[in-house]
Amino acid sequence: MLKGILIGVLSLGVAGTAFWGYQEHREKNAILINAENNYQRAFHELTYQVDVLHDKIGSTLAMNSRSSLSPALADVWRVTSEAHSDVGQLPLGLLPFNKTEEFLAQIGEFSYRAAVRDLDKDPLSDEEYQTLQNLYGQAADIQDDLRKVQHMVLKNDLRWMDVETALASGNETGDNTIIDGFKTVEKTVEGYDETDLGPAFVNMQKKDENFKYLEGKEITKKEAVKEAKKYSGLKKDAKVRVEENGDGSNYGFYSVSLEDPDTKLEANMDITKKGGYPIWYIMAREVKEQNISLNDASNKAVEFLKENGFKDLDLFESAQYDNVGVFTFVSKQDDMRIYPDSIKMKIALDDGKVLGFTAEDYLKSHHQREIPEPSITKEEASAKINPQVKVMEDRLAVILNDLDQEVLCYEFMGTLGDDTYRIFINSENGYEEKVEKLQNAEPIFDDVV
Amino acid sequence: MKKAFMVMKVLIILFIIALLAPVSGINNQASAFSQQVIQHGAVGDDVIELQSRLQYLGFYNGKIDGVFGWGTYWALRNFQYEFGLEIDGLAGQTTKNILMKSSDYNESFVKEQINKGNKFTHYGGTDLEKQKGPSGGQGGATGGQSKPNPQGGNQGAAPKGEGQQNNPSAANMPSGFSENDIQIMANAVYGEARGEPYIGQVAVAAVILNRVGSASFPDTVSGVIFEPRAFTAVADGQIWLTPNETARQAVLDAINGTDPSGSALYYFNPNTATSPWIWTRPQIKKIGQHIFCK
Repeated sequence: MLKGILIGVLSLGVAGTAFWGYQEHREKNAILINAENNYQRAFHELTYQVDVLHDKIGSTLAMNSRSSLSPALADVWRVTSEAHSDVGQLPLGLLPFNKTEEFLAQIGEFSYRAAVRDLDKDPLSDEEYQTLQNLYGQAADIQDDLRKVQHMVLKNDLRWMDVETALASGNETGDNTIIDGFKTVEKTVEGYDETDLGPAFVNMQKKDENFKYLEGKEITKKEAVKEAKKYSGLKKDAKVRVEENGDGSNYGFYSVSLEDPDTKLEANMDITKKGGYPIWYIMAREVKEQNISLNDASNKAVEFLKENGFKDLDLFESAQYDNVGVFTFVSKQDDMRIYPDSIKMKIALDDGKVLGFTAEDYLKSHHQREIPEPSITKEEASAKINPQVKVMEDRLAVILNDLDQEVLCYEFMGTLGDDTYRIFINSENGYEEKVEKLQNAEPIFDDVV
Repeated sequence: MKKAFMVMKVLIILFIIALLAPVSGINNQASAFSQQVIQHGAVGDDVIELQSRLQYLGFYNGKIDGVFGWGTYWALRNFQYEFGLEIDGLAGQTTKNILMKSSDYNESFVKEQINKGNKFTHYGGTDLEKQKGPSGGQGGATGGQSKPNPQGGNQGAAPKGEGQQNNPSAANMPSGFSENDIQIMANAVYGEARGEPYIGQVAVAAVILNRVGSASFPDTVSGVIFEPRAFTAVADGQIWLTPNETARQAVLDAINGTDPSGSALYYFNPNTATSPWIWTRPQIKKIGQHIFCK
């Protein structure tokens, strides 16, 4: 009797487990297929976009009239950005596939620059046509390679999930057509590198200024520590750790960390080897209460900058996050704001001490500039602004435009409805270089209700 | 029996105090502003009062949310212009005095509306009852995101009758980022580097931002984070752990421009890295367990 019940219960258990396992298995498969489909879509879209890219570049080459070139180039730009986002969805994070992505970005940048330019006044030069032709050829090669991979994938019914597993197990040596195929694509692109992109491509990738404007001589580790102690205001007996930068860095720096033996708080900073300038500084601690106002804190920040030899700065933005004040300063030259030279500071609102400091942008770009006189007047510039905007404030300012060039602009602050805009009009040719909608406070979404 | 009587007595006293409290709040209205100079970007009770008073006079038409944003800034400047004051966009003592003389501020009304998360206005010359809006689902004092925010402005000033917190119903955000972007990044940083020192976490956040800016990676925060196989925390689901405050602070520091990684695009843990390729990247520095490279 007992035996019978036992057998019954056990067999029910086995049947239940089997059923549960089957359910799980089905769910797992459904999810796998879903993920696989996403990869497949991204991949096939990528090959399609590269096809389109090739055709589009081809047709721009054939175009004669400048007026049809601009929209065509804008279209190339759009397609590259879509292709770029497709690459980003593929599980290639650990494959060296970045050359291909860079290539896409370069075509995008080139076409964007050319498309936004007034081609009537400033037509494509011969070099630029040459560049376009090269890009056309390269796009063809990539298209070819990608199509091969695509063909294999379809013919052999290959799965991206297998790529995932192969990459995850570190077993890339095995025969994996997709990985091999993409490696070939990457090699093809690598072959071009940036060499034959022509003079128009100089400065296309974001320039790395590498602190070239810094003055002073190399400092030693000891001097770096001294400097760091000065900034942190920690006592002499702080525990010190200094490290030099690795070989891969573009510039020399020391990383100093100081630990207060009493509070166990740690201050960290990087200091340039040349001249011993502070690149950034962080003192991590919790700020539980507010005792001073944001305004007091901004005065503290100004004081700190003055003490440390930073001159001619304008407070540009201030904001309070919980009990911390964050301030952005930009440099001033002849009463013009120089936006690329910016310093950010973080001040604790409990005791007014410096919590953070970042001068990387400032150190990389600050120098005495030759600023040309504006060739249009303020009135001419303000006439370029949307008449709906009510201008509240104006000044001259140097900014980095979309093409990464420094330009002198008239800066107008104005309102339209409830929003505030910052509008930059080029002081030389009246172009609207930048229109920014300034951020409004974001409502706190209540997750209790 | 006697004990019950005592309890009753205490309760009655408490009740009387509770009744009196709002009254004392009203009495204190005239000197409600604290000593601070209020400037753009500030958050807190003083800003709520500033916005309410500016709205009372018709200069400010935005939401009374306790964050000194651009709308408040222009309203204040217009007020200073109309009243012949120095136009600096700062609410200093003179500005506050004139503002207090020329406007009324019904603090308990405003605070109540904010606490309830209602949409409301505070214009002068209109019945306040009509300016109450319908209850809103969002905003309000219990905001999950906002930390207990003891408004420093109160200190030294007359005590505000009610003993409860009055948080602003909005918060400053670094330009170009929403609260949700910050949240996703905090998740990624926590999943990837929760055991790391603070600057190691800032550095991981900075790497995400460097990737967004790089030609070789997607152009959005979420694109970079969810790029398959880019971050192990995404692959194994650790990204969905609830991040702590430290991770969030690290993200804010990185967004505010601090880059302890030295412009790195990759990092890896030498003990667990599976890909031999990652070792070929030029290394910049090591923070905690992570090596950061270009």
